[in-house]
Amino acid sequence: MSPSPRPPSYTLEELNEETFILNLGPQHPGTHGVLRVILHMDGEYITEADPILGYGHRMQEKIAESVTYTQMLPYMARMDYLGALPYNLAWVCAVEKLCGFEVPRRAEYIRVITSELSRISSHLLWYGAFLLDLGGFTPFLHAFADREKLLDLLESVTGSRLTYCYYRFGGVPTDIDEDFLTNTLKFVEHLRKSLPAYHDLVTGNVIFEQRTRTVGVILPFDACRYGVTGPVARASGFAYDVRRQEPYSAYPDFDFAIPVEEAGGCLARYLVRMREIEESLNIIEQAIHALPEGPIRSKVKKVIKPPKGEVAMAVETARGELVIHIVSDGGKIPYRVKFRVPSFSNLSIFARLARGQLLADALAILGSLDLVIPEIDR
Amino acid sequence: MTELTPLRILLSIMGIMVTISINAMLLVWLERKVAGHMQYRRGPMEVGFHGILQTVADGIKLLSKQLLIPDSVDRPLYILAPIVSLVPIFVAIMPIPFSENLQIWELNIGLLLVIALGLLNTLGILLAGWGSNNKYALLGGARAVAQILAYKIPLLLCVLTIIMLAGSFSLRDIALAQEGLWYAVVQPLCFIIYIITITLETNRSPFDFAEAESELVAGFHTEYSGMAFSLFFLAEYSYMFLASALAAILFLGGWSGPLLPGPVWFLLKLYAIIFLMMWFRWTFPRVRIDQMLNFGWKILLPLSLLNFLVTAGVLAL
Repeated sequence: MSPSPRPPSYTLEELNEETFILNLGPQHPGTHGVLRVILHMDGEYITEADPILGYGHRMQEKIAESVTYTQMLPYMARMDYLGALPYNLAWVCAVEKLCGFEVPRRAEYIRVITSELSRISSHLLWYGAFLLDLGGFTPFLHAFADREKLLDLLESVTGSRLTYCYYRFGGVPTDIDEDFLTNTLKFVEHLRKSLPAYHDLVTGNVIFEQRTRTVGVILPFDACRYGVTGPVARASGFAYDVRRQEPYSAYPDFDFAIPVEEAGGCLARYLVRMREIEESLNIIEQAIHALPEGPIRSKVKKVIKPPKGEVAMAVETARGELVIHIVSDGGKIPYRVKFRVPSFSNLSIFARLARGQLLADALAILGSLDLVIPEIDR
Repeated sequence: MTELTPLRILLSIMGIMVTISINAMLLVWLERKVAGHMQYRRGPMEVGFHGILQTVADGIKLLSKQLLIPDSVDRPLYILAPIVSLVPIFVAIMPIPFSENLQIWELNIGLLLVIALGLLNTLGILLAGWGSNNKYALLGGARAVAQILAYKIPLLLCVLTIIMLAGSFSLRDIALAQEGLWYAVVQPLCFIIYIITITLETNRSPFDFAEAESELVAGFHTEYSGMAFSLFFLAEYSYMFLASALAAILFLGGWSGPLLPGPVWFLLKLYAIIFLMMWFRWTFPRVRIDQMLNFGWKILLPLSLLNFLVTAGVLAL
């Protein structure tokens, strides 16, 4: 192997050039996955940010058009692997809507409980990762300790810890038992007790506040223009939550608030997500107390052949609004499937937010958007 | 005090080598333990009692690694940087009195020497950042230089206040001047500012801009591995040792204390301050560089200046 060439020597004129290009990623501890951002820097300030996508592209939409409706189920968890159950829910709800399947009440309740647990696990992980971006290591492991308990719960009912494939068309395959219910209630109590500790460690910290309050402010106008959804939009003053706007599954039965902040900065997004954890705990508690008896799965044919037509189904995942659009030609395999994923829109505003910011701020913004890169690349 | 003969210098350098190596090993282990217990885990447990020999195992691993020098680096600077970081420690520890009689070199301007040599750490970081020919490393090096004045001036003003109180530049005299009442009690503001500035000086979180792993990958030592990397680590923990030793002498009465012998008291105070710095690191998120500069220039500097003037006024009366 010949040694690589020496770097070219620079002339004085070239050295006087004031901006340089910093290649952030695809392997960088601050980008949480294979995102690559080309930053044009003037010293520590960013003059332009250019996200490059596609390192995790797996043709999920094409796969969906090549396998049967049932075979697509396990793939759903591979898109947003941190909050996988809402993705499962979106697919089964879309197909059920297309075929007109009935779902028993008990199954709907079980879906809501597990989906909300999945949302909490995603938010807990985000809490840790966001603080890691800001340079605080300890909150990450505190959040992981609680997330571990939660994953144990989900494992006991779904059989897996990360990439779930739990929901089926017409219901759920396995029922939840008394142990799961009591343990979940215990966990709800436990997390309610530990959330104040989270706030003590982070929310009141003056360094944290200085780093986040006025950083990465998304104005309501921009939030609309870029189509951001989920906690990012709610932190800019939009009380938009698919669970409330276009209710699905058993969500209309529950009483829960939609946390909204007006400020639009990283701190607002942080506060929205932390309050969402509390609201999810409320939903879980209500669902467990009102859990109806009865069957968990309605009779559905083994081979699903939906009628000709199309359907669009929106679901609120941990990161925002996921829309699945299925076009069926009446066969066993979908004719066309389109996923509208929340992280993609949330990332597109990053280039605008990062302009003129310090490198440290850009990473705080990237962290506060809560991106999952495989979801963007699909 | 005895004079510095060549034999004495040789012996003391060997002694310092042993001291800083043992100190670094102990501190790496302590840091991992402190971090672990603050994060609901136990830290290293496998090698030796509660993992106390873990650092020895890691040190052997780092020693046995190939010395890898990337092709694109500026070789002389790249090789020089870790050495420049570490060597000043050997001289800077000499005037430190571990007890009334345990001191290598009684120097009447010992305090100035220690502070001046402490500054060379930044030179090592800058050389590493520049010589690595890596943008992340360069940013880390530039940050380290940018913050020097913002913390050095408040630090010096604090030290000046203490010098004024003790009426001497000699570390031994300053420690002896605190018989009865520690300067941490007389000058609480000065003590707090000093602790903040030594956290900055040793590049530790929440002020670890030069490393900033979530922003700059590994900052100034991005391109370093093996022994060169561990020299930087050794330097970091040795500077912590030095800065905390100075804190113990300037504010906590040095080796004075009941029952236990002097050196034991001295080390207890020293490691208590190091524990405080570790506590900071595992609790706070990182401050942004411009906020830190603002903090240094707009808060630390006026406060320490005011403290200095008030102390001077009171002493004049």
